[in-house]
Amino acid sequence: MGKRTDINSILVIGSGPIIIGQACEFDYSGTQAIKALKEEGYRVILVNSNPATIMTDPNLADATYIEPITCDFVGKIIHKERPDALLPTIGGQTGLNIALQLAEAGILEKYNVQLIGASIEAIQKAEDREHFKQCVSACGLHSARSMIARTVSEAKAAKDLVGFPLIIRPSRTLGGSGGAIVNDPENFEEHLSWGFSESPINEVLIEESLIGWKEIELEVMRDCAGNGVIICGIENVDPMGVHTGDSVTVAPIQTLTDKEYQFLRDSALKLMNEIGVNTGGCNVQFAICPEDGRQIVIEVNPRVSRSSALASKATGFPIAKIAAKLAIGYTLAELPNDITKKTPACFEPSIDYVVVKIPRFTFEKFSGADTTLGTQMKSIGETMAIGSTFCEALQKACRSLETDRDGLLGSTEEKILDLEEINNNISTRTPNRLFLITRALSLGASVEQCALATGYDRWFCSQMMLIVSMEKVLARLKLSELSSSILFEAKKLGFSDSRIAKILNTTANEIRELRRCYSLIPQYKKVDTCAAEFISETPYLYSTYQNSSDDIPSDKKKIVIIGGGPNRIGQGLEFDYCCVHAAFALKEAGYETIIINCNPETVSTDYDTSDKLYFEPLTLEDVLAIVERESPYGVIVQYGGQTPLKLSQALKASGVPIIGTSPEAIEKAEDRELFKKLLDYLELKQPKSGLARSEVEALAVTRQLGYPVMVRPSFVLGGRAMAIISNDSELRSYINESVSVSFKRPVLIDRFLDHAIEIDVDALCDGRDVLVAGVIEHVEHAGIHSGDSTFMFPAQTLSDDVIDEIELATRSLARTIGVIGLMNIQFAVAQGSVFVLEVNPRASRSVPFVSKVTGIPWAKVAARVMAGESLIELDRLGCYGNILKFRDYRKSISSIPFVAVKEVVFPFKKFRGFDAVLGPEMRSTGEVMGLDSKVSLSFYRAQVAAGCELTSAGACFVSLKDGDKDDSLDLAYKLIRMGYEIWSTEGTANFFNAHGISARRINKVNEGSPHVVDKLKDHTIKFVINTPKGSGSHRDSRLIRTTAVEMDIPLYTTVAAASALVDALAQIRSLATIEVKSIQEYLRMIE
Amino acid sequence: MSMRHHKEAIIALADGKYWRGRLVGFEGKACGEVVFNTAMSGYQEILTDPSYTYQILTFTTPHIGNIGVNTDDIESSKVHIAGLVCREFCYHPSNFRATSTLHDYLVTNQVTGIEHIDTRELVLHIRDHGAQMAVIASGGFEPDDLIDEAKSLKSMDGLDLAKQVCCNQSYVWSQDQWRINQGYIEISDASSHPHVVVLDFGIKYNILRLLVSVGFRVTVLPGTSSARDILSHSPDCLFLSNGPGDPAAVSYAIEATKTLLGKLPIFGICLGHQILGLAIGLETYKLKFGHRGGNHPVRNLLNGKTEITVQNHGFAVRNDNNVKGVAISHVNLNDNTVEGLLLPESKAFSVQYHPESSPGPRDASNLFSEFYRMTVKK
Repeated sequence: MGKRTDINSILVIGSGPIIIGQACEFDYSGTQAIKALKEEGYRVILVNSNPATIMTDPNLADATYIEPITCDFVGKIIHKERPDALLPTIGGQTGLNIALQLAEAGILEKYNVQLIGASIEAIQKAEDREHFKQCVSACGLHSARSMIARTVSEAKAAKDLVGFPLIIRPSRTLGGSGGAIVNDPENFEEHLSWGFSESPINEVLIEESLIGWKEIELEVMRDCAGNGVIICGIENVDPMGVHTGDSVTVAPIQTLTDKEYQFLRDSALKLMNEIGVNTGGCNVQFAICPEDGRQIVIEVNPRVSRSSALASKATGFPIAKIAAKLAIGYTLAELPNDITKKTPACFEPSIDYVVVKIPRFTFEKFSGADTTLGTQMKSIGETMAIGSTFCEALQKACRSLETDRDGLLGSTEEKILDLEEINNNISTRTPNRLFLITRALSLGASVEQCALATGYDRWFCSQMMLIVSMEKVLARLKLSELSSSILFEAKKLGFSDSRIAKILNTTANEIRELRRCYSLIPQYKKVDTCAAEFISETPYLYSTYQNSSDDIPSDKKKIVIIGGGPNRIGQGLEFDYCCVHAAFALKEAGYETIIINCNPETVSTDYDTSDKLYFEPLTLEDVLAIVERESPYGVIVQYGGQTPLKLSQALKASGVPIIGTSPEAIEKAEDRELFKKLLDYLELKQPKSGLARSEVEALAVTRQLGYPVMVRPSFVLGGRAMAIISNDSELRSYINESVSVSFKRPVLIDRFLDHAIEIDVDALCDGRDVLVAGVIEHVEHAGIHSGDSTFMFPAQTLSDDVIDEIELATRSLARTIGVIGLMNIQFAVAQGSVFVLEVNPRASRSVPFVSKVTGIPWAKVAARVMAGESLIELDRLGCYGNILKFRDYRKSISSIPFVAVKEVVFPFKKFRGFDAVLGPEMRSTGEVMGLDSKVSLSFYRAQVAAGCELTSAGACFVSLKDGDKDDSLDLAYKLIRMGYEIWSTEGTANFFNAHGISARRINKVNEGSPHVVDKLKDHTIKFVINTPKGSGSHRDSRLIRTTAVEMDIPLYTTVAAASALVDALAQIRSLATIEVKSIQEYLRMIE
Repeated sequence: MSMRHHKEAIIALADGKYWRGRLVGFEGKACGEVVFNTAMSGYQEILTDPSYTYQILTFTTPHIGNIGVNTDDIESSKVHIAGLVCREFCYHPSNFRATSTLHDYLVTNQVTGIEHIDTRELVLHIRDHGAQMAVIASGGFEPDDLIDEAKSLKSMDGLDLAKQVCCNQSYVWSQDQWRINQGYIEISDASSHPHVVVLDFGIKYNILRLLVSVGFRVTVLPGTSSARDILSHSPDCLFLSNGPGDPAAVSYAIEATKTLLGKLPIFGICLGHQILGLAIGLETYKLKFGHRGGNHPVRNLLNGKTEITVQNHGFAVRNDNNVKGVAISHVNLNDNTVEGLLLPESKAFSVQYHPESSPGPRDASNLFSEFYRMTVKK
């Protein structure tokens, strides 16, 4: 067969910003797919609005559009590029949705673009509920029984069809108010009347309840010749009722007989045929009744998914790459298995280890939000671990979570001493259920009881019991009594040194020494897709306590790059981007590169990113073991965000050769006290501040400074627990409530700079030269976390003098701290003065953004600097561009004839009950970039890319705190002139009217209907400008914001952002059309 | 859950390697050729597959015993493996169909096993040094003695094991395929169906179930039956079953097949395929460590399609262009070994792999209906 020769160019759609449910797994899959298509000689055109991705690196696709992924913009790209084909299946749900919209709008037909990978019919069949049910029954398979009812008698008929237990789901509720589970006929009518009353159209869906059933996923691939293979079966440890993205999962499947499994396999292949997923990957989900084995088809995703990324990492089979090759006409048998090189890709991986995935939640960022898990995904990231047994993998996964947990037990759940208390809680589906069950087992609950209460399979509970039993064995021992055989047993069950130490009341170091005495060291085995049946050349490794390793370290000069662990807010794709770039650059420099990471969603954990991949937890024990084995020339800790940085001191103390900025230097910048001294020494200004180590000190400091103040704990990422505080009582409650303020390290309290412009600077230093790579201006004033701010780059309003001063300050800070590699500084500019807020001597979140705009891969340059090359040498090499021109920052940046705006996206919609207000603690999950020669148009593109639907007329609701009112007259005036209506509640309306701007008054909620929330719900109000009145915000304004978030109505909570928006809207009106341009075209514009 | 008292056990190989682990199942000794299977499901079917006679089976999948055992998932009346090797053995199974634990099942069947073995290390050893004789034993043995014992064991070459495991007398089979919630169904009256005589060399039940399922009346005869015995049952066609041991040693069946070739449509699986090959003058040879698992890609050269197949064989048919009248119909994509033969003139065909699956993918189950079509098309 071979590849198709009737197409030459292919448009690939990325998944856009990181959101809950669509994370960096799509950067991984997109990168693989683009490489695969390029390798085959196609011209690849990419659209993805997310600048932090590897896939949008300008040297990957032939034309890369960092533009909004909307039907409108993609249509323009198609018009311009005229691709022969469109591959929609590697960009998540976004890719499929856009493909559908483009088809519906007739654009695909108009430009004769063929869909490859999945047809419109197939997408529709999989997405449309009714269509899908028909497909399922056409295959002779079963869906959950369900029926829609509009009257009581219809509902009774539905009840008889469906049987108990059933779920009553009210139709068309706002944000899905969920369903009621009804277990028996007694409560049926009561729940039914609740359901009818909840539904605005008095309609309910009565559905068979599958809660508590086993949930199984199969990852399937199929080629155009009709060959189909199952890449991986994944069993959810959390039964039905929890979104699979929020479930603990395991591969291979552990609790099914072959007879049951083969039915699933056949069903999955049949469904692929029936739906018409003819070429590519597909994810099929089933529910299985644990009592009688009845199998129900839940859903089919005709595309590469989060689960397929997991399956790829779990088996070594590169699903996205193969899916791309199948889409262009290859058959499975024609493609080689990348891992073995010798056998074909047409096979089903066999794995001789166990893989466990645990989701990573970030509820601590959204206080007040409902932590119950359900059908809507709430986790931000995930971690995966590989072990020889389930227990080993499970405990490794637990300590990979980066939640200060060193095993299945060993965190807050241990404080619970009362079994009753747990029993009351474990049937509720919460993020901590796995740990609560374990705690229950250790307090004496039986496997049977736990299984019954949670729906966890007895097998999983009895495995957890093995761990609990070992804990008890260990608890009876003194260190001197810990024998080699018991220690080996414990290590085989995945116990970390630190957990064993905690149980034995000693230190992890002691346990490590004891292990050395007993010669108990981890062995490293390969992930080879074939359970060792064939020779594998690919060093993709995991540690395990078994007899021997099947990998022998080379004697090449190596550099280890420590990754960032699971995605969470504040630590995501951007750091993975940096790690990947380090691996690429150091490979180019001739080193053997080694990546250690435990996040299956990333490009860094792709086996061909580095020369060697260790899929391992990022704890001291696990990292040290690898370093001891490999004896690398250097270890990089400054690219993976806070995770490796936290290890740096301990690694250094163990003699690990950390390259780049030294841990002592990092300490100088991270420790608030040392840092303050440094600034004083350099005579750099910082907001008036003081350090506090107790509540009394804190109150004394603020008395000197005066409110408002900003409080910053040491060593945090993503602004964890930072806050702006405006009075004593707020300060007291902050200190008492914030878990992160332990005063172990001093807390910095500084005078909050009102109305200051905030600046982010990314710079590099090789010990001699300092290059400022980017001075980024925030749209929002200082006080909002830089990860949540809108960026403009190059800076737009700063004077040359200010930029020069910033550059000078950066140079002296870099040299004095002793930065080797990257650094990031945050400045504030108030009344023409430049203040230093923070210095982070490490890769920052904005590195990919700055690299994309300047066209220079700064993370690569810095990686080579860390390995010992000078900036002068690297400039001379030429492969990273003319980097030395950045010795004169203003001159080099003036050659950039365009502006980039970074906008962020928030997960507020998923966290009902949390107020959508920005502050010093980061809460965004992802970012997009808009590029244009005019900043207002860049801002516009960024808004559209972030998902704001901006209308050209209609009502804008404006509600402002007093301090903002004067500043907003200008924007209000502009809105009126453009023909928008301004609606406000009494205070703001009076203010506007008094200033000659006609504003329509609308009721507050307590003034009765129709009030503002009614007008949001019926979509009369098209966007909202609402600036909150500081903390303890008004209940009314909070309700306005949460409603806007729920209704997807654009919401602006700062005057600065709102003004930028209004300028963008004005600019758009003056334009006949908005053009699209690839990043390659933009970069060519730089002289 | 009580902590078990675990006994130590050793597995020793003829080439001098040995591993220590924990005893599972019957407290005794296991002797046989040590091989590995990479399937991730279906251990009960594997254990009861007679083709594993005289073999110590290493599972590469980490956990064995999770789902216990039941009365349905059997491929013969008893456990046939000589011994079991696994990484982690489960004493507390969980599956709605489980009727007993794997441990009790092994004890009842007097089969010894060993767990807590670095199975990947063992598999790499077998892969690099070939399948070989081995002993599992518990209780006071010295590794050296067990190694000597392994060395003294008869090797698989030239061994006729089919004779040991096949049935002694003929019987009629009427059980149909297994279905979820229904289990097995017996076909009540098959008298009008075309009649297949199955030569049993250690047949897996699922082959019989699938023959029934596609519409055959099934009579099973001992593998030692002569051509005359077979014809005396007035069959419409002949099926040559799977089975253990060296195919070249099954001379009686090769003879019978030679005689009946061209007279009856013939379908052979695994050992049956090798017998058909030998009957037409092809050679068989022993593979270094065999193919055992459920993920082997096989290309059907007749239609170009690829099937994911179940495999369990240590011997293979050698490709030879000098033998006329036979086409290679299937090849293994991993190592290009012969996976299927087609003799269009004589209405005979065979496959090396297991289209009856159980356990494993059922991609190739259509071969049974093909055999049916071949039989009824006069």
